[in-house]
Amino acid sequence: MSKNIWVSLSVIVLGVLAIYLISGVRPDIIFKSIIVSAFGSIYGITETLTKSIPLMLCGIGLSAAFKSSIWNIGAEGQLLMGAVGATWIALYVMPNAPRLILLTVMFLAGAIFGALWAFVPAILKIKFNLNEIIISLMMNYIAIEIVNYLVYGPWRSPFEWGFPYSTKFPSNAQIPRFLDTRIHYPTLLLALFLAVFVHILLKRSKLGYEIKVIGENMEAAKYAGLNISRIIVVILLLSGGLAGLAGVGEVAGIHHRLRVASGISPGYGYTAIIVAWLGKLNPLLIIPVSLLFGGLLVGGDSIQVSLGLPGATINFINGLVLIFVMAQGFSNNRIFVKKGRNRV
Amino acid sequence: MEKLIQMKGIVKSFGNIVANNRVDFDLREGEIHGLLGENGAGKTTLMNILYGLYSPDAGEIYIDGNRVDIKSPSDAINFGISMVHQNFKLIQSHTVVENVALGLKGTGFFFPARTVERMIREFSQKYGFKIDPHTPVWQLSAGEKQRVEIVKAFCRNAKVFILDEPTSMLTPAETRELFKLLRLLRDEGKSIVLITHKLDEVLEVCDRITVLRGGKKIKTVDIDEVNKKDLASMMFDQEISFLGRENRMRKVDKDVILEIKNISVLNDKNFLAVKDVSFDIHRGEIFGIAGVAGNGQKELVEAITGLRKVVNGNIYILGKDVTNVGPREILDKGVAHVPEERIRMGVVPSMSLEENFILRSYDKEPFSNGLFLRYDVISDYAKELISRYKISALDEKSPAITLSGGNIQKLILARELAISPVLIVASHPTQGLDIKSIQQIHELLLKQKGEGCAVLLISEDIQELLSLSDRIAVMFDGRISGIRNTDETTIEEIGMLMVGGGDRI
Amino acid sequence: MNLIVDILRAAIPAGTPLLLGTLGEIYVERSGILNLGVEGIMIMGAVTAFGVTTLTSNVWLGIFASAIAGGMMALIHAFDCVTLKANQTLSGLALTMLGLGLSGLIGKRYIGMPLSSKLQNVPLKGLVNIPVIGPVLFDQDPLVYISYILAFLFWFFLFNTRFGITLRSVGESPEVADSAGINIPAIQYFAVFLGGIMSGLGGAYLSVAYAPVWIEGMTAGMGWIVLAITIFSLWRPERAILGSYLFGGVRVLQYRLQPLGISPNILNMMPFVFTILVLMIASREISKKRIGAPASLGVSYQREKTL
Repeated sequence: MSKNIWVSLSVIVLGVLAIYLISGVRPDIIFKSIIVSAFGSIYGITETLTKSIPLMLCGIGLSAAFKSSIWNIGAEGQLLMGAVGATWIALYVMPNAPRLILLTVMFLAGAIFGALWAFVPAILKIKFNLNEIIISLMMNYIAIEIVNYLVYGPWRSPFEWGFPYSTKFPSNAQIPRFLDTRIHYPTLLLALFLAVFVHILLKRSKLGYEIKVIGENMEAAKYAGLNISRIIVVILLLSGGLAGLAGVGEVAGIHHRLRVASGISPGYGYTAIIVAWLGKLNPLLIIPVSLLFGGLLVGGDSIQVSLGLPGATINFINGLVLIFVMAQGFSNNRIFVKKGRNRV
Repeated sequence: MEKLIQMKGIVKSFGNIVANNRVDFDLREGEIHGLLGENGAGKTTLMNILYGLYSPDAGEIYIDGNRVDIKSPSDAINFGISMVHQNFKLIQSHTVVENVALGLKGTGFFFPARTVERMIREFSQKYGFKIDPHTPVWQLSAGEKQRVEIVKAFCRNAKVFILDEPTSMLTPAETRELFKLLRLLRDEGKSIVLITHKLDEVLEVCDRITVLRGGKKIKTVDIDEVNKKDLASMMFDQEISFLGRENRMRKVDKDVILEIKNISVLNDKNFLAVKDVSFDIHRGEIFGIAGVAGNGQKELVEAITGLRKVVNGNIYILGKDVTNVGPREILDKGVAHVPEERIRMGVVPSMSLEENFILRSYDKEPFSNGLFLRYDVISDYAKELISRYKISALDEKSPAITLSGGNIQKLILARELAISPVLIVASHPTQGLDIKSIQQIHELLLKQKGEGCAVLLISEDIQELLSLSDRIAVMFDGRISGIRNTDETTIEEIGMLMVGGGDRI
Repeated sequence: MNLIVDILRAAIPAGTPLLLGTLGEIYVERSGILNLGVEGIMIMGAVTAFGVTTLTSNVWLGIFASAIAGGMMALIHAFDCVTLKANQTLSGLALTMLGLGLSGLIGKRYIGMPLSSKLQNVPLKGLVNIPVIGPVLFDQDPLVYISYILAFLFWFFLFNTRFGITLRSVGESPEVADSAGINIPAIQYFAVFLGGIMSGLGGAYLSVAYAPVWIEGMTAGMGWIVLAITIFSLWRPERAILGSYLFGGVRVLQYRLQPLGISPNILNMMPFVFTILVLMIASREISKKRIGAPASLGVSYQREKTL
């Protein structure tokens, strides 16, 4: 294991050095700038909190999936489809419903859309033994195109001068915010609640137990007579549903409309993968880790403005963190090498 | 005749087990030399040393009179030694040519297929066997696949061919073809070592036979000096004590708990591993299955415990047909399963002991309540079992991986016995355990028998079978070669049945 | 007719970066490694090519540099997967993030800059006069011609040399390859490195021939399409040719079909939908005829100690 610590450290050192050499900006200045902008002002903190919400929701769902060794890389697409579901309800199904009912149905729809999107890799894995990494990845890109198609096409608002936005949500479809910040607190509360709920689920429920067995030792799972197919489906539905909720939060809480995919999610689904692993697949830990990465995102925005660094800098930092996570063996290091056939 | 290979005083241990205990072995040019012994006798270990997979703790190897050090299979291949393993090392989706060409030096970088094709044709002509070089391997029969392995060895200019249990996957016709080929190779001056436990084959095709038993070499004989009986008595220790026989209480009922009727089961490679097997087990009976590993026992156990489907025949438990139901239903019928691979299958190593105790019953009352598990109940249950079965562990929350082998087995037994089973399927339950644990497990099994439980005991340890079982069946080549009452049989007879001298001959 | 020729002719450059990346990734996956970092490597190739070309005013030096850059980045992945035996998915994703980020940092100064030395079309005399396929295939820039040759070479080496057998065996069954004395880590390092070079070249083509300009994130998901085509082609270089130009053509068609009311987004979806469909169909073939994915794809090999 000590080999891995050296790898992690050298990666971080090299990475930081690279940023300095290429951009000319001193790493400690960058670091300070990120911290200050993310946590040094009321505005910063609220933005950090806001950005952490989708990370939390996706991350919680992913922790369940990864714990059972199911590689759901499709949170991004599931999030987007959740956004689609919420938009559909808000604009086309029941735009005139009272707020409480409307929002509830929107969240439900978002969760269902997200879950269904995750159902595809689940069923293909069970029936055709297809690798869920590849399928869920492909589904992400299909989801992006669906969202873009909708906002450029049938759902494009006639009131936005031709820009790719859907009509603005009616006020009943907008998730209330905290004072004059952008924190759509109901979603945040939902995320916190779900973190606790999923944590308890994983620790104390039958499903949680089954997840542990499948994730650790598939042979034992078969020997114990677990219904593996059913469990895989349930886990992916759960994971997708949570990501879908994140999508609802973004469109109904932040943007109040459907936009192009890149405007809804700057890669929350992928960042959530890092969040889940860094949080050791523990929903309770994922909460603070989400805040950390939310802060990184806020900081990433600000260093563009204040230091002239390109937006992609955050990607680089995320990559460094992921390598750190990976090298430290945070991921499922099986105790025995089995002839696992990851058939594609 | 000059000795091509001489192995002198080979010693090899794995932990406390001495696999080879000062074994001498020599091989002449142009002979087929059978290496005979039951499992654990040390035959495969000895040849693995010759092939460079292991290095001996002591002893020397001479080739053509020169002392050599074989450090890896590449070295062995350079010396002209080739091994054909029991599990073919072939890539199913590739063609014969591509498999033979893999790693073969001297075929040239471009278009290696041409050279290899030529070699294959040469082989076919010489030995009269047809192999289509461009067939994908998965389409070949077992015999043809084996031939590809031999071609591989041939193309590497092997002078010595070591074949490990070569006929385990072959039909009688294919076996005859193989022996024909071996004789032709021998007549060409090649040397062949045939590792086997099958007496008939050894008598049919070998020139000399070396018998190993318990890591020691018993004797090397010429083929005309011995018969089946001699060999069987060399292979099996006649001195095995029948201790424990008195310990067996005779409470065997007439009630049939398990009935196996004409079942046939396929193995992972789609060959029939279990061929038309029938037997039944009574209440309060310990029914042992003896046999060298690889004769279908694993697949039989998997069929009975619901982990593998049968392609023919029926299984009845307490009169109900349970053919091809899943492991859950089998468990519900009262069948406990102590699996052969305890760490790989029987426990989830990183989970705590208490979580492992409920592996098979986690969704039943009182351990779970609707959606949730009741960890307080589970914890108490675990503590009770730990103390009852005297499992040494820190506490019920330690991960299972921290337990010793014997304690893991006790955990599994504790868990399985807790369902008050009507039948326990115990597959090699004491393999690799220390004496004390073995005794404890034997006592547990006997206690269950006393309470009317039936036990299906699969083991390679004849002594264990003889001291525990009421009846012993012997599996050979996927069939039951004989069933005997333990009181009325001898070690010699069991041994004979294990190596093919059975009722069906 | 002219319209079709025009479209086909435009499909080739559109598909070339895909083809280059796919050829490399086929070799990588054939050795049993999954490299999700293609997107990151491609964009690093793009920025390296642009930068070095600008610095040296020599586009070929830029292309060469991008190949090296791609190879070096891929070596990181190889180290993670082969030596550390870490999780291949995470390593690949990390590489993509690193690549996107680093290229953004490096490329900032090049935004909006015109390229000093560009690749020009070189119509091949004589060949270009063949009706239909002449102008389509032979009125392209030199890197396209190189890609034709590379496509042939990759196919040839995979199926007609000893190296090809070795590579395929490692991905199909590392245990068998190991017992035949093959040095599996060496093969995997080499394949991943080669894949990196090819992805680097693919990215380079974008920034110095196709565009030619530097825009942050200009690969825009091409790396993921490369992964899709790799699978779509069922790991065969000759099918990769078809797949790359097909999907490249779809991109070209996007703009032509838009006035007709066909949404570019629906078209863009197609590569991914097709890939899933192909996999579904192939899965039955895989179990029946045992063709398809290298059986050991994505699983790090460790020699089990036999007793």
